[in-house]
Amino acid sequence: MDTKLNVLTHVMVPDHTIMSEEEVRTLLSHYNITTEQLPNIFHDDPAVKAIDAKVDDVIRIVRISHTAGRAESYRLVIKRPKK
Amino acid sequence: MLPEKFGKKIAAAGLPEKTKDQLRSFLEGKEITDAQFKQILDRVIREYQSTRIEACEAVGVIAAQSIGEPGTQMTMRTFHYAGVAEINVTLGLPRLIEIMDARKEPSTPTMTIYLEQDYANDRDRAREVSWKIEAAPLHEFGDITTDMEQMQVVVHINTKVCEKRKISPMEIMEKSPKNIRDRRHYRDFEHEIDEENSRVAFTPKDRESYQNLFQLAEHVRNVIVQGIDDIERVVVRKETGEYILYTEGSNLKDVFEVAGVDTTRTRTNNISEAASVLGIEAARNAIIYEALSTLGEQGILIDVRHIMLVADMMCMDGEVKQIGRHGIAGEKESVLSRAAFEVTVNHLLDAAVANEVDELSGVTENVIVGQPIQLGTGDVKLIAVKPEN
Repeated sequence: MDTKLNVLTHVMVPDHTIMSEEEVRTLLSHYNITTEQLPNIFHDDPAVKAIDAKVDDVIRIVRISHTAGRAESYRLVIKRPKK
Repeated sequence: MLPEKFGKKIAAAGLPEKTKDQLRSFLEGKEITDAQFKQILDRVIREYQSTRIEACEAVGVIAAQSIGEPGTQMTMRTFHYAGVAEINVTLGLPRLIEIMDARKEPSTPTMTIYLEQDYANDRDRAREVSWKIEAAPLHEFGDITTDMEQMQVVVHINTKVCEKRKISPMEIMEKSPKNIRDRRHYRDFEHEIDEENSRVAFTPKDRESYQNLFQLAEHVRNVIVQGIDDIERVVVRKETGEYILYTEGSNLKDVFEVAGVDTTRTRTNNISEAASVLGIEAARNAIIYEALSTLGEQGILIDVRHIMLVADMMCMDGEVKQIGRHGIAGEKESVLSRAAFEVTVNHLLDAAVANEVDELSGVTENVIVGQPIQLGTGDVKLIAVKPEN
């Protein structure tokens, strides 16, 4: 194998993109929430590593939905808690 | 062709992508006026709005009922040879429980390995990939004799088998003692390689007892010299015009490193493995896919929305959590709510020791104390604005 596995190309992995601060602000004000209320994703998640996101970044996930065709979802990057 | 002005209006409408696509394909090639178009679009939007779930609706309870009721119709215990591939897979209720419990290892892990273009259409090349994946012990590659007189185990490598399996005899001879030491953690032996006759001799360090010799012979017989340790069997099948490998046993990470494997489509039924190799979003998709196919196989039709809700809840916190007291139900904020679900006394005791406070914001705790629950109309507070003057 010449290149490392790119998880983002896998069919089960939807698109992950880091959101800019501006986008995060509009998202939070639109739903009237804080970042803590978003679902989480760990900093060492393979998809997070692939897009090189840092802790406290918000990631936009564009899923291919069974019902809507295309659905957006958001996750906050957090540190994996120690066992 | 759909007029551009209609296309733009559809794109701007507050509808899901799928509905927009359906609307576009429906209107394709139809002669309609602006007024008619407006009427159609308004109707679609209104219809869509009316199908949306209302605020304060208890979706979790609906999902639980919708999965639970048909679940009673499921086969209690099934060990099935799914499809024509003679691979054993757990199905029915046991499998569904396994998915919801987020077990680290399913009882029958399997993989569906897709191959890259060049390999997928060629039976021989597909077979080659399968040799590299299927775990093969040393005894499949030659004769193993235990020489009691000399106190040694002698392996004669069969070069024909090696040729068929595309591995050099030398590789096997070097790998076998190394793998006995590294993988099987047995180190009390010495080995000698005779390259010319493709023959390896293993001698135990302690030659006093026969027990050691037989123990060594057992290790030599069963050491894996080709393939990936966890994958016990591989079946090559032709499906929809390409060769696909089905395996018994799963190891996504190592399989991805084998040349010829399509790393974009290959999947496993081990959800926690999908989570660690591909990430939490892949795990969410895997839960939906596995639950749907388990239910579908039993002829049970459950709306995906319910399963999506379950999968979303399980993957909320970045890792796959089970539905149960060690997962979602056990991490609820409210003490009373946790106590209502399994091991009541422990929860109440721990909460008392930790001086926990119950905010009474959920449903269960309000039912317990006899207050109106905050669901549906119960969640709406009446607000009156006092007219100024």
